[in-house]
Amino acid sequence: MSAPRPEIRILVCESTACASSRSAEIRSALEAAVARLNLVDMVEVGFTGCHGFCQKGPIVVVEPEGIFYCQVKPGDATEIAEAHLAGGEPVKRLFYRHPVTKEAVPRYADIVFYKNQRRLILRNCGIVNPERIEDYEERGGYEGLRKAVTSMTAEQVVEEIKRSGLRGRGGAGFPTWFKWDLCRRQPGDEKYVICNANESAPGAFMDRSLLEADPHSVIEGLGLLGYAVGASRGFIYCRAEYSLAARWAQTALGQAYQKSYLGSRILGSGFSFDVEVFHGGGTFVSGEETALLSSLEGSRSMPRSRPPFPAVRGLWGKPTVVDNIKTLACVPPIIARGGNWFASIGAAKSPGTAVVSLTGKIVNSGVAEVPMGTPLSTLIYEIGGGIPNKKSLKAVQTGGPSGGFLPGGKIETPLDFDSLQEAGSIMGSSGIMVMDEDTCMVDAARTFLSFVQSESCGKCVACRVGTRHMVGLLDKVASGKAAEEDLGKLERLGHIVRNSSLCGLGQTAPIPALTALKYFRSEFIAHVVDKRCPAAVCRELVTFRIIPGRCTGCQMCVKVCPTKAISGPRSQPHNLDQGKCIKCRSCYEVCKFDAVAGEAIIIVS
Amino acid sequence: MAVNTADAVQQRSRERRKSLLPLLKKVQETEGYLSRETIRHISRTLRVSENEIYGVASFYPQFRFQPPGRYHIQVCLGTACHVGGAPNFMEAMKIERGLGHGQTTPDRRFSLEGVGCLGCCAISPVVVVNGEVYGRMNRVTFMRLVESLESPEKPS
Ligand SMILES: Cc1cc2nc3c(=O)[nH]c(=O)nc-3n(C[C@H](O)[C@H](O)[C@H](O)COP(=O)(O)O)c2cc1C
Ligand code: FES
Repeated sequence: MSAPRPEIRILVCESTACASSRSAEIRSALEAAVARLNLVDMVEVGFTGCHGFCQKGPIVVVEPEGIFYCQVKPGDATEIAEAHLAGGEPVKRLFYRHPVTKEAVPRYADIVFYKNQRRLILRNCGIVNPERIEDYEERGGYEGLRKAVTSMTAEQVVEEIKRSGLRGRGGAGFPTWFKWDLCRRQPGDEKYVICNANESAPGAFMDRSLLEADPHSVIEGLGLLGYAVGASRGFIYCRAEYSLAARWAQTALGQAYQKSYLGSRILGSGFSFDVEVFHGGGTFVSGEETALLSSLEGSRSMPRSRPPFPAVRGLWGKPTVVDNIKTLACVPPIIARGGNWFASIGAAKSPGTAVVSLTGKIVNSGVAEVPMGTPLSTLIYEIGGGIPNKKSLKAVQTGGPSGGFLPGGKIETPLDFDSLQEAGSIMGSSGIMVMDEDTCMVDAARTFLSFVQSESCGKCVACRVGTRHMVGLLDKVASGKAAEEDLGKLERLGHIVRNSSLCGLGQTAPIPALTALKYFRSEFIAHVVDKRCPAAVCRELVTFRIIPGRCTGCQMCVKVCPTKAISGPRSQPHNLDQGKCIKCRSCYEVCKFDAVAGEAIIIVS
Repeated sequence: MAVNTADAVQQRSRERRKSLLPLLKKVQETEGYLSRETIRHISRTLRVSENEIYGVASFYPQFRFQPPGRYHIQVCLGTACHVGGAPNFMEAMKIERGLGHGQTTPDRRFSLEGVGCLGCCAISPVVVVNGEVYGRMNRVTFMRLVESLESPEKPS
């Protein structure tokens, strides 16, 4: 029907982060260059979704060689086209460089960030064009759905999921088959299935990556869920802010309808199923399944008490299954390849893989996927490349804003639902935040708790009032105004909030503060007793100083200081008036990045 | 038959209600904010009281009830950006331009909003101006960005 596809493909990532660095311009520049060099028959210029390594974006990949270019600029397009596509000589300048050895790594597969990953949920991310259903089909897409609707009963689908041991990737790790089976056994034919792509836990961006890069795997998974429970309608609940993800998902839906993977009598079977994208509210609590249902019904997204569970009484009071987007992306290969295959991967009680987002003080931040049970140390030191600037690791937070802080000594904890819980943290949103010695644990606990506090929907007292008082106590500690007994109060309050909140938001909110108190008590004591912030972070307890020996008097800091606290003639060490200083960090930042001498301003406690 | 009719009516009414959030979002995208007239209009179309609509809309931080400035600046205050110093951007706007969260400058040039994680943590701290994402900011580069938007020759 169409001409054969050119052998060489050059693929530009156009997901949100890369797009912010003008990747669309890179693609048009490449297209122009390819046309100018008469390479159109040999080279296809295309785009993909997220590779998970946004930090190094914009990313351009040349297939089939698997050459990986990073931090490409539109101006580099001509050189890539001339040297590499026409001349066969890749552009070394744009290769990824090993952060320590500085060695250039030309190929995708050899980059440490990718080398140690096992990509199952993200199997197609960065490989398929999210706007081409054919790309997905070529990689085995929709085979699971075809197999199910043409040769399996609903019970058999649930049975296969049970065999796989799949547990929900939304955070709690609930056995997926159990919810499906419960819903399937409910009477009535009005049932609903929902893909939870709310992802409003800060620091987590894998759901966005997945929906942007591979929307069809989610649609197929949702279709299989619909078939298994006997639902005829499904929703993809996507955060309002994720406009690109929603747009690509919408395009994908249209194609799936055209090819009869959705709609009435799917692939000639008796199963009919419709899916729509719903733009959600974008609050943290909207991700909680019952709150999500309220939001879909057009109300405030406030959680309801369970039971009844959504599988019994969900959307509009009808049986409903809400599954995380990553859970659903696991489903098609499980059906196509069998549950035993999936069960053989990962940890015994948590089969499969975990998708995590690595952020914070880490060399390689991004979205990575590893078998469940992989120790945190592998993620941080191998895939993540360790801590930058020769600093040392202080704490790791797993599970997003309400996850616990684990100290360096717990770094060998395997990443799976049960081991993390034993260590005092949670799997949660699988956001992993790495903190180095410059992080103040009081400040960190306060940051996370204030986030959760501001997201409390206000329905139950423990969460609404309790978290507020906890933030107040942490404020006191951070400003050096707390007494030692306040730490005990904080702990007691934390336990009350955890035990008496209605939903998971309140139940997990105190975890950061409680684990910080447990593992980093000496830092709290330093704030309370010595009125010092050892990491020099808490504003009320630090001062800014200019080191006269290092200051060359370049006046950069004088210019940026909003309160005119810094003075001094050019070429002479400047003077900082502590009385006027509001500790806004402007001088510190220009000095670090722009000043002639650099790093002549320090923060001390 | 009567049961069927009742079912159909109920179904229509809940579909209408379900379209409330998407509709508010659409309107805000085209008009920039939710005006009183818009809400009155939506109330009539969906047959949901104005009170109820305000109740729902004000729950979600994405909805605005004031027109945004020509440059709508969203500062991500998610945890990765927070740790990276994003609160300083808000403070800088407050001190140097007198503009706080949810406010618009009198000349309607800028409006400022602190928002939740935008899913771009790998390039944090992140600032979004009229939908365009700027990554790896610091207080100084942020204020330079604001200054560049103040010069009149910059096309909007
Ligand atoms: C405060 C809060 C926020 C949540 N946010 C999300 C979310 O953004 N995405 C998600 O999939 N699950 C989220 N959950 C978990 C859901 O309630 C639910 O357990 C999940 O969608 C079930 O899917 P699964 O079985 O596939 O994990 C959240 C839970 C709580 C308590
Ligand atoms: S915290 Fe700002 S983009 Fe994630």
